[in-house]
Amino acid sequence: MAVYSRMRHTSFVRITHWITTLAFLALLVTGVEILISHPRFYWGDTGNVNVKPLLTLPIPTSRSTIHNGYSITLDDQNGWSRYLHFEAAWVAVLVGILYAAYGFRSGHFRREMLPSKSELAPRKLASEMVRHARVWKPNEDEAWSYNVLQRLAYSGVIFVLFPLIIWTGLDMSPAFTSVFPGAVTILGGRQAARTIHFAVTILLVSFLIVHVAMVVLSGFRERVGSMITGRLSKAEERA
Amino acid sequence: MSNISRRELITTGLAAAAGVAGVGALAKIASANGLIPPDSGVLYGTGESLTYAAQRLLTRHSMAQEFSRDKISAKPFANEVNTLPAEFAPLQAGGFEGWRLKVDGMVARPKAYSVAELKLAPSQSQITMVACEEGWDYIAEWSGVPLEKILRDVGVHPSAKYVVYQSIQPEWYESIDMADALHPQTIVAHTMNGTDLPVPFGGPLRMRVPRQLGYKSVKYITRITVTDDLKPFGKGLGGIDSDNGYAWYAGI
Repeated sequence: MAVYSRMRHTSFVRITHWITTLAFLALLVTGVEILISHPRFYWGDTGNVNVKPLLTLPIPTSRSTIHNGYSITLDDQNGWSRYLHFEAAWVAVLVGILYAAYGFRSGHFRREMLPSKSELAPRKLASEMVRHARVWKPNEDEAWSYNVLQRLAYSGVIFVLFPLIIWTGLDMSPAFTSVFPGAVTILGGRQAARTIHFAVTILLVSFLIVHVAMVVLSGFRERVGSMITGRLSKAEERA
Repeated sequence: MSNISRRELITTGLAAAAGVAGVGALAKIASANGLIPPDSGVLYGTGESLTYAAQRLLTRHSMAQEFSRDKISAKPFANEVNTLPAEFAPLQAGGFEGWRLKVDGMVARPKAYSVAELKLAPSQSQITMVACEEGWDYIAEWSGVPLEKILRDVGVHPSAKYVVYQSIQPEWYESIDMADALHPQTIVAHTMNGTDLPVPFGGPLRMRVPRQLGYKSVKYITRITVTDDLKPFGKGLGGIDSDNGYAWYAGI
């Protein structure tokens, strides 16, 4: 009979990881679709084509009322994009709540995600960065858990970026702000929330790119395999 | 190992069956309590139903954010509308004296109001935001007659579920549930920033539903119909936007 390996990722973490991946990709694609109907950003409560924007993305748009210097107007895809954006948001939020409850209760956050105080000492952190820049393959400890740089990145996504993108997303809902007006005024208004929502998207996409790049560089089959089966390859287990 | 996985399989199966039964029971209860939107059956209707149910439970009596006078947008943006029908120009030339807002459907006393009559009625003023689904918004002061007062005047049948409103633009219609129809900030607006509602912003009469996105605030309204069934209107999804693939409930 097979020898049972230690599990690298619990089934709970694996399932929530992949559901969140799907929800995130759906949110990203539909978010881009919604964005191209008004690729202008403002600060404060209000913003529209009569208001000077903070930033304009130089892309064609799906509305003829926006003059971005292109002769084409893209198709309006906002109907299904909005439906799917909010459906995927429900999935991401509900799974996120379950994951957070699990993370705190099981010790997953403490053991795997949050960096320890000693790891955050500047000298230790600096040497870790230097080592990480030179060595791509995980060492024995890293095969079973995360190094401090990974912990900082994952914690940032879990405890800062995801809560912030949910918060700013809700701030754009007139029904939500009718119940919690303080949630949007504290950020400086609805357009400020929309701009932050976009900025956090850029950060999350940057994370995704680095995350996938590191998975590829450190062994695509092993990393993706262990996030699917929960186990490490024999070679890595013995390492 | 096989024992464990069989036990796991059975527990998972039972949990899944209980889950499906639970969702079914919940859906029935939700439907009986008016928590299911008319577009719940479309492709992404599940997420939409969750949003609508959650917001109906949380926001039934909440008030849309109101702003101080200094927040009123200096340059509000009037979104483009299709060319107005030929009958509009003569009505405009006559100062909209001939404009009528018909109220019918499940009401005891169907009526037609002139703009002047509505301007004499007790009005509600609000400094609220128009937020477009595209992402832009502006703030203005709106004054008009609360829809609830009009509905009380005509006597709404107790089993009514929706209020459908129609523009002079052919096929431009939307609808809201009774929670929004009776909400104190839902008004038939005739005044914007202290002057007669300008035509680009929907004058002479426009619905204002400030707890939902701008597309529910239909311009140039001529008819209000109280009903318990949205199927006879348009493609049956309760509004031109939902007929065209947008969510019926736009509180987000």
